[in-house]
Amino acid sequence: MTLTLGHFLTLGAILFALSVVGIFLNRRNLIVLLMAIELMLLAVNMNFVAFSYYLGDMHGQVFVFFILTVAAAESAIGLAILVLLFRNKDNINVQELNALKG
Amino acid sequence: MDIRTGLFYLFSLVLLFAAFRVITARNPVYAALFLVLTFFQAAGVWMLLKAEFLAISLVLVYVGAVMVLFLFVVMMLDIDVAALRAGFWKHFPIAASIGALIALEMAAVLMGGFRPAEEPRALAAATAAAQAGVQFSNTKELGKLLYSDYVYPLEIAAVILVVAIVAAIALTLRHRKDSKTIDPSLQVRVKARDRLQIIKVPPTRPAQPEPAAAAVETKA
Repeated sequence: MTLTLGHFLTLGAILFALSVVGIFLNRRNLIVLLMAIELMLLAVNMNFVAFSYYLGDMHGQVFVFFILTVAAAESAIGLAILVLLFRNKDNINVQELNALKG
Repeated sequence: MDIRTGLFYLFSLVLLFAAFRVITARNPVYAALFLVLTFFQAAGVWMLLKAEFLAISLVLVYVGAVMVLFLFVVMMLDIDVAALRAGFWKHFPIAASIGALIALEMAAVLMGGFRPAEEPRALAAATAAAQAGVQFSNTKELGKLLYSDYVYPLEIAAVILVVAIVAAIALTLRHRKDSKTIDPSLQVRVKARDRLQIIKVPPTRPAQPEPAAAAVETKA
């Protein structure tokens, strides 16, 4: 039994589904939500790398490179906002973020 | 079953277990550490896919930088975990069923939909390198592509990183209101008239007439 493209894509799909479940479960905990988003990006990157290998195209790996860049920037700013939020409200409960509700 | 398949299943199982622990761990520190394990296993899977540069950069960038940032933030915040986990398992059945639905649908589509691409198509550069009898380097190919076709996106990515640095610092920078630090340059430049005010005070006060008392006397 050899590895096919479907194996890697299925791995990415299961990883993506797990992170969706994680967003459901940790809907109060902002920091685990950020981690679940990182997992989602990892699943997408897995698909890109698998396609790049099986279709013989390097451009997929270039795309993964840029996704890594943007994800690093995103998590840095997200964590900065998280620290700011904790400093102002003394917790990171998503349920209590209703200052913009009007 | 060759060794590559075995390694794939090993990496995948550990990866999925670690990802599951990331989303269910009680302590966010454990979640961050399991996320590190997840990234390591993903790097292993990418090695199987012959994406060496990306696997190494995943370990360096994510495990080395982003996850350390996560760990710092988790340990810096004093989180009441019990309050955040109230009703944690309440929505688990619906979440698990939605997750299983997503995974099954995607797997059904993906396993059936990509029959033509079953065999890995070798990179043209790799075959050319094999014919020329030189070593094929994934990093070199990626670098050639990045610095020729993708040079403008690369510069935009650099700008995005700079903006992220500036934004993260600007967001978390704060000036303490209660600190008593003094600016030495202001101290040096101070003049005597800024600190000292000379008020002329007459040595004796002139006697004041008492008009109110005089008015009362005339009325009486």
